[in-house]
Amino acid sequence: MPAVSKGDGMRGLAVFISDIRNCKSKEAEIKRINKELANIRSKFKGDKALDGYSKKKYVCKLLFIFLLGHDIDFGHMEAVNLLSSNRYTEKQIGYLFISVLVNSNSELIRLINNAIKNDLASRNPTFMGLALHCIANVGSREMAEAFAGEIPKILVAGDTMDSVKQSAALCLLRLYRTSPDLVPMGDWTSRVVHLLNDQHLGVVTAATSLITTLAQKNPEEFKTSVSLAVSRLSRIVTSASTDLQDYTYYFVPAPWLSVKLLRLLQCYPPPEDPAVRGRLTECLETILNKAQEPPKSKKVQHSNAKNAVLFEAISLIIHHDSEPNLLVRACNQLGQFLQHRETNLRYLALESMCTLASSEFSHEAVKTHIETVINALKTERDVSVRQRAVDLLYAMCDRSNAQQIVAEMLNYLETADYSIREEIVLKVAILAEKYAVDYTWYVDTILNLIRIAGDYVSEEVWYRVIQIVINRDDVQGYAAKTVFEALQAPACHENLVKVGGYILGEFGNLIAGDPRSSPLIQFNLLHSKFHLCSVPTRALLLSTYIKFVNLFPEIKTTIQDVLRSDSQLKNADVELQQRAVEYLRLSTIASTDILATVLEEMPPFPERESSILAKLKKKKGPSTVTDLEETKKERSADMNGGTEPAPVNASAVSTPSPSADLLGLGTGPPPNAAPAPASSGSLLVDVFSEPASAVTQLAPGSQENFASPDLASSELVSEEPSEAARGADELTHKFVCKNNGVLFENQLLQIGLKSEFRQNLGRMFIFYGNKTSTQFLTFTPTLICSDELQSNLNLQTKPVDPTVDGGAQVQQVVNIECISDFTEAPVLNIQFRYGGTFQNVSVKLPITLNKFFQPTEMASQDFFQRWKQLSNPQQEVQNIFKAKHPMDPEITKAKIIGFGSALLEEVDPNPANFVGAGIIHTRTAQIGCLLRLEPNLQAQMYRLTLRTSKETVSQRLCELLSEQF
Amino acid sequence: MRFMLLFSRQGKLRLQKWYLAMSDKERKKMVRELMQVVLARKPKMCSFLEWRDLKVVYKRYASLYFCCAIEGQDNELITLELIHRYVELLDKYFGSVCELDIIFNFEKAYFILDEFLMGGDVQDTSKKSVLKAIEQADLLQEDGKERNVQ
Repeated sequence: MPAVSKGDGMRGLAVFISDIRNCKSKEAEIKRINKELANIRSKFKGDKALDGYSKKKYVCKLLFIFLLGHDIDFGHMEAVNLLSSNRYTEKQIGYLFISVLVNSNSELIRLINNAIKNDLASRNPTFMGLALHCIANVGSREMAEAFAGEIPKILVAGDTMDSVKQSAALCLLRLYRTSPDLVPMGDWTSRVVHLLNDQHLGVVTAATSLITTLAQKNPEEFKTSVSLAVSRLSRIVTSASTDLQDYTYYFVPAPWLSVKLLRLLQCYPPPEDPAVRGRLTECLETILNKAQEPPKSKKVQHSNAKNAVLFEAISLIIHHDSEPNLLVRACNQLGQFLQHRETNLRYLALESMCTLASSEFSHEAVKTHIETVINALKTERDVSVRQRAVDLLYAMCDRSNAQQIVAEMLNYLETADYSIREEIVLKVAILAEKYAVDYTWYVDTILNLIRIAGDYVSEEVWYRVIQIVINRDDVQGYAAKTVFEALQAPACHENLVKVGGYILGEFGNLIAGDPRSSPLIQFNLLHSKFHLCSVPTRALLLSTYIKFVNLFPEIKTTIQDVLRSDSQLKNADVELQQRAVEYLRLSTIASTDILATVLEEMPPFPERESSILAKLKKKKGPSTVTDLEETKKERSADMNGGTEPAPVNASAVSTPSPSADLLGLGTGPPPNAAPAPASSGSLLVDVFSEPASAVTQLAPGSQENFASPDLASSELVSEEPSEAARGADELTHKFVCKNNGVLFENQLLQIGLKSEFRQNLGRMFIFYGNKTSTQFLTFTPTLICSDELQSNLNLQTKPVDPTVDGGAQVQQVVNIECISDFTEAPVLNIQFRYGGTFQNVSVKLPITLNKFFQPTEMASQDFFQRWKQLSNPQQEVQNIFKAKHPMDPEITKAKIIGFGSALLEEVDPNPANFVGAGIIHTRTAQIGCLLRLEPNLQAQMYRLTLRTSKETVSQRLCELLSEQF
Repeated sequence: MRFMLLFSRQGKLRLQKWYLAMSDKERKKMVRELMQVVLARKPKMCSFLEWRDLKVVYKRYASLYFCCAIEGQDNELITLELIHRYVELLDKYFGSVCELDIIFNFEKAYFILDEFLMGGDVQDTSKKSVLKAIEQADLLQEDGKERNVQ
């Protein structure tokens, strides 16, 4: 039993409490409580009317049971009955029950409000006090609706007692906090402000709380409170410690009121009135001075109260941020506290300095304490103090000390409490980004973060490092190298695998030149981590693999094998399965061009506020709703760039059918179809934009024509060769006058030629070069000749090795024998597999009839004699055509020699004309050939005439040579 | 101030005063959580900690922990002294208060707190005025008793 029981103790209650305390077990306690509840219920329901005392006692027991943590579902009515009792003690218990166990039952609220109304009107200050307390304790909207209009009247009424004024002020404050819309502003506001001048310090204290809250929302309305607050504060700080009697707390005059006044002043900018401003500055200086005075008491209460005022004053100085002198003094004062033996003061000094660090006047002053703060980080035994030290280091960080601070924070992170690791990680990440001069330092720092505290590295952090690496090409190679090295660790955090996977997928090529980090090694390294990772990371790695297919065609098959394995293609996770299926299909079906487009390097991310900063903002402390909204938006905006760091261009990922169409995977022509030469585009342009290039053909003419071509009479016949044929022919034309060169080239393959001919025999060396770094498999070149060609041309060759390594070249020799003259060209068809896709290339092999030319030198006389001998119309073929190239005589000469005939000088009477002679050697016959080329510079045209002993030869040679000029 | 809790070293809640609307369930959860945090702290540690979006100021007197949750802008040191003043008031009223006084006269502990704080703000910091108000109420009780007897 308690030693003291003032007022009327309730014996029954005391006994019950003792019983509960004596219960040995929870079960016994519940049993005892249930017994009591049954007893009370029967008493409340009993016929016999209970007297006030009993009601009070039972209600009190219910309250006790409730406070023990049990539910109470009855007794509310009895409590409400107590409210209308005339006995103070019964009323008091009734109100206590109501305030603790308020129920939103509207019937009850109405009854309660009635009782409150009566008590407020009673003019009995104690009853009024009880009623106001009840309103403040419950603070519901219903109560605000009922009393928000009434209470301001009580507050400012001249005859209201001080204690009731205090209660009314705080009651109104409570209602304003819950339902500001229901508290009407009005005449009373100016009178409330004047309560700051009240004689009674209790009234001033309560009124200051109310005014502070109201002023935050309605600064204009309460502007006059500033000068009143300053003068009140001034009177307090200059008073002797005994002046304020009971409001002096351990030799500190009115500390609560001082703190509240200083809080009120923080609702406003520095006072404009110089007198008020001067007086305030004096107050603040006095408070700072007092901190240096010897303490008036050794009691902790004295120093706490004094320092409470000091810290609030410093808050005001920081809030005003206008007096450099005060700011620096505040900083020095806090600097002293940093080394104080009281943990509480060290904590508060660190906290307060954080805000001081953001002022331009004191930032430098704060920075001088860096060593102390770092030391606090290392030596403080209390995690909440260390947390403050981290905050302060973060706040004082700038370019000059970023490296040191980040290093210290990383250091601390190794041993930091789990509860604050995430926040430290965010802060380090932000500082490293913000103050990075050298982005290699940034990359190192983030990788260190992941190494030290990978679990606490949130998505925002690793998204951010990727955004930065992608946006800065100066750091990409370094990043690739560094993640590659970091991934070597036998156990590395999954977040590192994510960052590593993404960065290598984008920039792995930058380090692929080093044999230690060749494509295959990179892939194997990443894939060795694959099975230890969660689904999202695996999904990311699959994207990396498909990116590798583009970056490193030589490991395409390896990757395809992985994608093709059951554990991928049949993965139970639908996302992984879909990726594996789509990526495999993409790699198989898409040409290198399409792959290169789809899997292109990610474009730079748009610069926006760091997502980490948004996260930290969100994490730190309460912020207004709008702020939170913004943060949310920010985050979701970042999601676009960051969430799913899809290394594949958006259109290619996931969404299956539409993307397939976009890529032309399903419907387009097989990408390996005709090796449309790269120039086909410009060719098209040529064909359509230059109708003049159409060949003019003159009807087979006579000698006269030969002597003086009448071009005016020529009739235009347009030739419309199919584009493909034309393209292919063009390639062949290139080789009509030369024997060596590149026959064909695309992104995978290059075909080079070297050939030599002698009489009717020839040998051609074909060089196949693999331009990729991936093997060609089942490499099969085939020579295709039509039946007719086969009878005229005999080609012999040996098969080549079916595997062509990346970068390698293989050679194939073709032995050629010309049996009879021919017009067609054999076709070289090459088939092979490249990275799982089938490639098929066909190209005409430039073996033309003129290759079997043997030049014949002869004099002018001989030439014309023979020319006349071949006067049979079937023996002559003539072609008149427009020049396709500049009409340079030297080039023309070289071409005629390259064509195989002899170039006969001083034969034609017209020195501008060219004549040639030679013999086409075939196994069955030798055919003499004479040719004459007459340029017409003015018309930019040529007339070519061929006379041979065989009509088909004349025809063919004329065709071939016409194309050369 | 958002709320004030008194609890024993054994984790028994002795008094709870809430200055913000909240469901019973949420209150119980917060009490459990906060008690765990505070009871786990060592004696020399500082009296302030950040908890959820609040600042918690606590002090231990003998077997009882007094624990206040305040908002970001509120002054920690003055809250610490607010706790002390409340303890002084209890002490003065009960005469060397102990945990048992608060258990058996819990309603008085609430009344004294209500006289001192209202809606989470300090109503009067003068020990005399608060005690005078309480004594007056006790006096009224006595009156009532006498009248009852008559």
